[in-house]
Amino acid sequence: MKRIESVNDFVIKFANVNGTGSASANNLFAKALFRMGIPVSPKNIFPSNIQGLPTWYEVRVNDKGYLGRRGGVDIALSVNPQSMAQDIQEVEAGGYFVYDNTKPLDLRLLRDDVNIIGIPLTTICNQEYSDPRQRQLFKNVIYVGALAALLDMDFKVLTSLVEDQFKGKEKLVLPNIHALELGHQWTRNNYECPIGIRVETSDKVGDKILLDGNTALGLGAVYGGATVAAWYPITPSTSVVDAFDKYVKRMRIDPGTGRKNYAIVQAEDELAAIGMAIGAAWNGARAFTATSGPGVSLMSEFLGLAYFAEIPTVLFNVQRAGPSTGMPTRTQQSDVLSCAYASHGDTKQVLLFPSTPGECFDFGAQAFDLAERLQTPIIVMSDLDLGMNDNMSPPLEWDDERTYDRGKVVTAQDLENGMDFGRYLDVDGDAICYRTYPGTHATKGAFFTRGTSRNEYAVYTEKGEEYEQNMLRLLRKWETIKDYVPQPEINPCGKETRFGVIYFGTSEESSREALDYLSHDGIHMDAMRVRSFPFNSAVKDFIEAHEEVFVIEQNRDAQLRTLLMAEFEFGPDKLKSVLCFDGTPISARNIRKQIRTHLNGDNVKPIHQRTVASAAGEKS
Amino acid sequence: MSYQVPRFRHPELPKNELGYTKADYEGSISTLCAGCGHDSISGSIVRACHELSIEPHKIAKLSGIGCSSKAPTYFLGNSHGFNSVHGRMPSVVTGAALANRDLLYLGVSGDGDTASIGMGQFAHVARRNLNMVYIVMNNGCYGLTKGQDSATADEGSASKKGEPSPFGAIDLCATALQLGATFVARSFSGDKEQLVPLIKAAISHRGFALIDVVSPCVTFNNNPQSTKSYEFVREHAEATGTIDFVPMRTEITTEYKPGYTHEVTMHDGSSIHLYKVDEDLNPFDRRSAINTIEDHRANGTILTGLIYMDEDSRDLHDVMETSQRPLNELTEAELCPGNKMLQNINASLR
Repeated sequence: MKRIESVNDFVIKFANVNGTGSASANNLFAKALFRMGIPVSPKNIFPSNIQGLPTWYEVRVNDKGYLGRRGGVDIALSVNPQSMAQDIQEVEAGGYFVYDNTKPLDLRLLRDDVNIIGIPLTTICNQEYSDPRQRQLFKNVIYVGALAALLDMDFKVLTSLVEDQFKGKEKLVLPNIHALELGHQWTRNNYECPIGIRVETSDKVGDKILLDGNTALGLGAVYGGATVAAWYPITPSTSVVDAFDKYVKRMRIDPGTGRKNYAIVQAEDELAAIGMAIGAAWNGARAFTATSGPGVSLMSEFLGLAYFAEIPTVLFNVQRAGPSTGMPTRTQQSDVLSCAYASHGDTKQVLLFPSTPGECFDFGAQAFDLAERLQTPIIVMSDLDLGMNDNMSPPLEWDDERTYDRGKVVTAQDLENGMDFGRYLDVDGDAICYRTYPGTHATKGAFFTRGTSRNEYAVYTEKGEEYEQNMLRLLRKWETIKDYVPQPEINPCGKETRFGVIYFGTSEESSREALDYLSHDGIHMDAMRVRSFPFNSAVKDFIEAHEEVFVIEQNRDAQLRTLLMAEFEFGPDKLKSVLCFDGTPISARNIRKQIRTHLNGDNVKPIHQRTVASAAGEKS
Repeated sequence: MSYQVPRFRHPELPKNELGYTKADYEGSISTLCAGCGHDSISGSIVRACHELSIEPHKIAKLSGIGCSSKAPTYFLGNSHGFNSVHGRMPSVVTGAALANRDLLYLGVSGDGDTASIGMGQFAHVARRNLNMVYIVMNNGCYGLTKGQDSATADEGSASKKGEPSPFGAIDLCATALQLGATFVARSFSGDKEQLVPLIKAAISHRGFALIDVVSPCVTFNNNPQSTKSYEFVREHAEATGTIDFVPMRTEITTEYKPGYTHEVTMHDGSSIHLYKVDEDLNPFDRRSAINTIEDHRANGTILTGLIYMDEDSRDLHDVMETSQRPLNELTEAELCPGNKMLQNINASLR
């Protein structure tokens, strides 16, 4: 039988039951490889449930540093009978199926092109432990020990990780190491180790860190000087505020007074959460809220107020699969349009698209500078894949010389000096006006903030021309914003080509990998990663420089493509869609397949059929 | 019409301790209907703030949407104002108050803005005991959309359109008590002698202070069949008692009337003297307050005056233990942990 042979290059998928403590064991496995210097990319594929349903953990291991989903599974480790039939089907020919053979495998599931490795996990546990909870928890650790044998992992790395993990709870260290050894020993005694797939200590990780995007966003907010966080729990954004809370407790409590240099409010709903952020920002504090799609829908009315009344507001949107409640624990990039034009009337909102935890941290902090400089909401568009999975990232950096850009704020002294203060008066010609904080001066500088139309001095007006002037100024401000938001990242292929590719956020890693595959196939394409909306002129230039441009995104309706068409008036023939919306992160193989289909099928199939047919494809 | 009210002010208007005249606390000329109860409430707010010698810019006035929520334009012109979203003033005030604990937060809302669309936020701002004054200008109807019944319209009460309301009224005072408000009062726009000291006491109270002010809508709900008309309220209001507000600074020299039954020292050192009339009410006991409201409701009368206050109230900042210095004054030095700390965090993520 064929056997996949590889070193430091494979995809392993763990199939578990949720609520059984498998997450920390799986994490232990991924982190150990990371510490061996091998690039890893673990992804949790979990149900919207607390206990009892199937959950998966997929780890991409790749020495070349490809961190996106590749597609396909080389090793399946299944301890969940509920999903076994599906799990074994997913294994590539020549791959490995590792399972708990305490109960024999249903013969109907057997595949003769897959290497079957049975380990009696339950039996080992039942012999070793009498407490049911221990039996469950250690079963997970035992299979990590078994994998260490099968893949020839450095056992010392595992034991030192366990020691780190249980720092402060030392009495848990030995039992965990013992469980690792149980699995390791049994496997070595019963199978020829390693199998065809194995790992070797490497040096490809460098100084990188392993961090989830939500923690990075929360840390960004700490470093960006946020003092007020208002939020309502929603998957997958909850851990943003959890992380903010964790770090401010550590770093923002005044050592002298014991009082907090921050305030976190768990609001009654998303409407209140953003209302609080807006109220705090209006009053001169840096404030934010974090949510996901359903929360954005609820916040839309307030986003319109913040746009129109020009109140700095920071919103972290960790996207998940919609519409409606959708698939709450699965990933998508499907709030692009609803955020770009959030709220009724003519509104446009500033979006930032981070693609790594490092960028989550940078944008998380920069969002506050941008919000105050531009006096408008800044929506950071992360997603579940980036937010809730550990991603390899360059280390976080902060320049200690950096000061916060508080934007155009008028002081009591300015007013005293006779400044002509009009809240919506464009003094500098960049369409960004000056504001005062409440309480600045006893007789000057007060104004009324409102969602109704007003003149340059913030006085209510229903005069059409004054309303129109204000709306046109906001449009001029939109032009100014283009100079401030992050520029796209352009990666030329170095060859003459008529093709371009655009991607953003978490599609980056898989796209880069797919472009390498295509280049290997002789198809060369320039690439651009869009990092913000409004689109800077560099985005337009890139598209104009190519005859055909593929837009890769994780939603059904090609939302970024629609936005590009709406903002630049490109025709549908110019921009082609590469889509994935099944709730899992887009894979490199999927992207390659869709682009190849486009290229082969041009002039044959009408566009709409092509789009629908191609989106589902996964395997190469 | 009210927009014709002259802006002329007497050159020798009395000045308060800070040297401000009442005119310094006024706002733009009202565009509400002539005779609107809301304008009288605005007048009471102006008087209370002037007499308390609060610096006008140390007040922030916030509102939602509706006739009531337009009112903040018509008082305290030197204060920052925020006319937010319908029913969402409480969240905006919460954020603002978290950002700067040193300002006085005056929320103005209506019965539609509070008892219907804003019920959720009203409930939670009361529950959190945010340090603010929350004034409801309660006229039992939606004025701006031409007089539909609101959720505070009494069952059987009819507005100008003539259809009696088929539903029972939400009593905002009783609701607030249930929700944990620490200062609850009701008044009538037409009774400044009662309302002004109540506003002063509410301002001095540390925590969430609700004043539900019945404020007749002269255009849509001032007809004989309405229980929110001037005439009906005058005839059916029963005060819990009267109160005098005694500012801290003047306590020693002020001649106050003898005969009060309670003296309450407020958080800021001022005090209120309560001349109790209602035998059954203990205004320091939540259950007694709720019972008294219900008794009056059963009798078809409107209980006004101070209904409840918690002398030991702890506001949101107390509970959250936030910095005494306003959060909006903190700078990089206090807020940014610096790169060295970040490198330690990086090390923990390898």
